[in-house]
Amino acid sequence: MTEIQAGKEEAAAAAASDISSVPAIELDEVVKEYQAHGEVVQAVKGVSLSIAEGEFFSMLGPSGCGKTTTMRMIAGFEDPTRGSVRLHGRDVTDVPPNKRDVNMVFQSYALFPHMNVWENVAFGLRRKRVPGAELRRRVGEMLEIVDLTGREKRRPREMSGGQQQRVALARALVNQPRALLLDEPLGALDLKLRQAMQIELKRIQREVGITFVYVTHDQNEALTMSDRIAVMNDGLVEQLAGPREIYERPATKFVAGFIGTSNLLTGTAERFDASTVVVRLGEGDRVLVPVGEGARTGGQVEVTVRPEKIRISREEPAAGVSAVRGTVAEVVYLGTYNSYAVNLAGGAEFTVFEQNANDSSITAERGDPVWLSWQPHHSFAIGS
Amino acid sequence: MRRKLAPYLLVLPGGLWLVLFLVVPLVFMASVSTQEGDVVYGFAQTFHFANYTDALARYQTQFLRSVGYGLVGTLAAIALAYPVAYWIAFKGGARKSTYLLLVLLPFFVSFVLRTVSWKFLLADDGILLQPLKDAGLLPEDFHVLATSAAVICGLVYNYLPFMVLPIYVALERVDPRVVEAAYDLYAGPRESFTKIVLPLSLPGVFAGVLMTFVPMTSDYVNAAILGGPSNTMIGNIIQTEYLTNNNYPVGAALSFTLMAVMLAGIFVYARALGTENVLEAAAR
Repeated sequence: MTEIQAGKEEAAAAAASDISSVPAIELDEVVKEYQAHGEVVQAVKGVSLSIAEGEFFSMLGPSGCGKTTTMRMIAGFEDPTRGSVRLHGRDVTDVPPNKRDVNMVFQSYALFPHMNVWENVAFGLRRKRVPGAELRRRVGEMLEIVDLTGREKRRPREMSGGQQQRVALARALVNQPRALLLDEPLGALDLKLRQAMQIELKRIQREVGITFVYVTHDQNEALTMSDRIAVMNDGLVEQLAGPREIYERPATKFVAGFIGTSNLLTGTAERFDASTVVVRLGEGDRVLVPVGEGARTGGQVEVTVRPEKIRISREEPAAGVSAVRGTVAEVVYLGTYNSYAVNLAGGAEFTVFEQNANDSSITAERGDPVWLSWQPHHSFAIGS
Repeated sequence: MRRKLAPYLLVLPGGLWLVLFLVVPLVFMASVSTQEGDVVYGFAQTFHFANYTDALARYQTQFLRSVGYGLVGTLAAIALAYPVAYWIAFKGGARKSTYLLLVLLPFFVSFVLRTVSWKFLLADDGILLQPLKDAGLLPEDFHVLATSAAVICGLVYNYLPFMVLPIYVALERVDPRVVEAAYDLYAGPRESFTKIVLPLSLPGVFAGVLMTFVPMTSDYVNAAILGGPSNTMIGNIIQTEYLTNNNYPVGAALSFTLMAVMLAGIFVYARALGTENVLEAAAR
């Protein structure tokens, strides 16, 4: 049995014995303030999270949204101004990073430049006074997992970005931390390598069964790998949900705009039946939105639809769907699909993706009047 | 053609300068070091290599003393400079350049003037010692000048910035995230320093040693001003042989011996403690 499997089983056993199943990481109303040019700046404005054991958890947001600061508070590099951090139920708010059972993979890897691969990976185990034979076995096994066997004597600067990345990962994982924190670990890699490493990371996470907390500004990365995502903006969590829900049912306008492409309509909620609301858009167009997605009669609502849910046609679609009229402003051929920019009669601009499933002929040319239609349950009303 | 010549043209002015003012005098001195004669009847080239053995036999004490002062001074400079450089690099914040300027400030005053002012301060009946003697805190015959300590202190004082600067540059280049990574991997403050910061700054210490040990060992100003007859360094002997005794061959022979000792010492030091070796040793 490898150490990794053993570690996984241990973790599973620990989780099973924990009847209350204590979360791996808990943040309770954490606030971080900085002093900058005599002014108090709030980088994190009150974040509460609960991350489960073995979860792949992402914090997603634009730069400056507080995601890295939040992670650094979990690692212990920043002290929260207010609030508390708990690891497996233990309050570690005042515990220094070297006494916390979490490890971090840094954005720039932060490998020790004067040590070779082996020494880098062995560093944590040596500090923990792990005996020689066990240390050699664990470092060897970890290098095998990240596919660096045979490169033990290399210095970091003699390696490619992808290899350095794997050294950084091995250096953290070899300690079998209770949670692994990753700060944009793939940011410096090119697209192909990044995609390969995403799958690799996910595989390693399954293999070792350790909680991963992943900070990124790349929505695709977060959607691909995560069990749950906290979308952050301006020091606050905007939405905390699984990737599918974040994409299909964004809770706020910010989330809808940040994740994927969203089409936005503003209108007045007019009347209900049991399951749908009719939203009047001005110009005589009406769309249908499912009840319970934030619509109130008489209120202003914003309706969003994803571009791939929309059907583009020259003929007026059958009743029972939401339909709006517009004029094609641009057609872009993108290989697997066509992308249309359509100016709606009401003034909004919509993006529509049309799969090239059957043939690559396009439905409409630039300047053509078209109908855009979608199933009501593919649209949703959001608060601002 | 022109493109190929350009690099050589660039090196030409500096190269000529060095040939003219370094290589030519060196060759000339090498020739003088094996001549015989005196200043009245002139010197003649006789390939008298005994000049070297004679000079060394006569001034062996001063030679060893100089190397000893240089070693002690260099070690003291490391001990004093490292914390200063560390503090500026990691705690200096936005005022780093101000602090560096403060370290360099003494250079705006002449080397000799600075040393002479030390003599004034530390004189037996000077403003520092006399009041203490009057107060009965020091015995009447207590003195600082004309001791080894005074000379070494002067050396350290004068060459300290040459140790601070390279160490500062090395520390400044240490990525703070690498230090954070050490903390993250269970190293305490002491281990983070000994395993990460110190090894990464050793190239700076290495450069500092080269920049201070050589001038300290061949220095003559500090020994002349702060030292007494029993603290003479080899630099003073060379000066006396040249300017007072007009014994050019012995002066030249001593100069070359000093140079050879220095070069050999640096070579051995670099081989034994070269940057790479130091880093490898520290990584374990």
